[in-house]
Amino acid sequence: MSYYYTRDHEWISVNGTSHDTIATVGITDYAQAQLGDIVFVEAPPKGTKLSKGGECAVVESVKAASDIYAPVTGEVVEPNRALEGEPALVNSSPEDDGWFFKMTLADSTELEGLMNAAEYKAYVASL
Amino acid sequence: MSQAAHDGPTDDRTARGLALSGDPAPEAPQPPETLPLDAWHRKRGGRMVPFAGYLMPVQYDGIIAEHLWTRSSASLFDVSHMGQLFLSGDGADVALEALIPADLATVKLGQLRYSLLLNEKGGILDDLIVSRWRDGLYMVVNGATKWDDIGWMREHLPDEIGMNHMEDRALLALQGPQAAAALARHASGEHNLADLVFMTGGRFSIAGVDAWISRSGYTGEDGFEISIPAEAAARVADALCGEPEVKPAGLGARDSLRLEAGLPLYGHDLDEGTTPIEADLGFAVANRRREAGGFPGHARIMIERDQGTVRRRVGLVIEGRQPVREGALVLDADGSMVGRVTSGGFSPSLERPIAMAYVPVAAAATGSTVRIEQRGKIFSGTVTPLPFVPHRYVRLAQSARGSAA
Repeated sequence: MSYYYTRDHEWISVNGTSHDTIATVGITDYAQAQLGDIVFVEAPPKGTKLSKGGECAVVESVKAASDIYAPVTGEVVEPNRALEGEPALVNSSPEDDGWFFKMTLADSTELEGLMNAAEYKAYVASL
Repeated sequence: MSQAAHDGPTDDRTARGLALSGDPAPEAPQPPETLPLDAWHRKRGGRMVPFAGYLMPVQYDGIIAEHLWTRSSASLFDVSHMGQLFLSGDGADVALEALIPADLATVKLGQLRYSLLLNEKGGILDDLIVSRWRDGLYMVVNGATKWDDIGWMREHLPDEIGMNHMEDRALLALQGPQAAAALARHASGEHNLADLVFMTGGRFSIAGVDAWISRSGYTGEDGFEISIPAEAAARVADALCGEPEVKPAGLGARDSLRLEAGLPLYGHDLDEGTTPIEADLGFAVANRRREAGGFPGHARIMIERDQGTVRRRVGLVIEGRQPVREGALVLDADGSMVGRVTSGGFSPSLERPIAMAYVPVAAAATGSTVRIEQRGKIFSGTVTPLPFVPHRYVRLAQSARGSAA
């Protein structure tokens, strides 16, 4: 499993890069810590077509609402239903149980523009 | 991820109105100043954000944890950004009554009163607490408005009334059901602390520091506000947070607590275009003043009181789990905007979204439902009596409670 990161603090994990690869998307530990207590996540329903960089989900903390952007182009195949009842999973397990949705990968070369874990770590350290 | 909605009442904004043409050009934004407990907050892990021109802690452990701790135990809030003013001189009561609708004759030594600084149109310039000290009137005003308030009062009060901005003092709020027990271990003074009731205060010594302590606050809980010299603030904060019941809490929890308590926040739920009747603060217009008048906006406020207003501040519980925020629109059946959400968020105690909004009076009755639009999405809100969470103020002195038992 490979993880990629955006400058907007989303992560995307993929297992291989074949045309039927399903990727998982969420927000990073840094993002959840910045947002604080998360009380609501609006993940896109199955079938939503996403384009790289477009708004795809909303996350609400006690204090504020934030947009989440699609890290790559593709189609949502499964939103994380567990977040409906327990949005705090994003705080407790941002890069595992707190995933937002799974999606297809229209163009796996889009991943090449994203950061790897080491690059993202350096990026966060620079903020 | 990017912030889509503004930060709510912990954002950094000017509190009062737009600049008028002809006003001097606004000064370049000043970097936020620090308050006496700045280093103390940082040492305790507070996340500092700009608010009302100061750097202040928005949270320590997390807003929900701090909120629930306040409701179940006690939290210490630094509210030193607020303005502490002292009015003195012969005729100070009469002079101040010309600017606020309170009946100061009924504010006895050691009593506190909630009141409003009003403009000529009855609009609210600020909300405040005024207390009677032996030698004058002590006022606490909002941090974001204090400079405007000082200018307004200096302009409108006679020259013989002295006004001292007590910038050398810090203000702490200890709030929660365990506040009295924790404070009692450190405070002694002219009253038995347990005999202070809600909205009264007195002179005390706390951790060896001279203090004005009142039983008051803005969370809906029992609690105290403690005015002390700035240089002693860290010592007092250490003493109180050394008690097992007490933890520090930040602006985030302060905001969610006051929202649950149905208490309006100036610059959000109140502004100079809003009157006391619209804001459902008619109680702040004292009986004697209703008849006698003599405060700015009296005629309009009396007309509104007798004939009603077009809109009114109400509480709303929001269907679903997603909060509506300040700025969301209240819509009528045709989709026209008829009101606005002025505070909104997730209630940690009720575990659901709540809000305050101005809605047409026809839609302001308890149980009415209103439609709200936020970022293209429609929400449903139900008008609910305020407060959302019952107040737990202590209104009977312990000695009286004892004799009644």
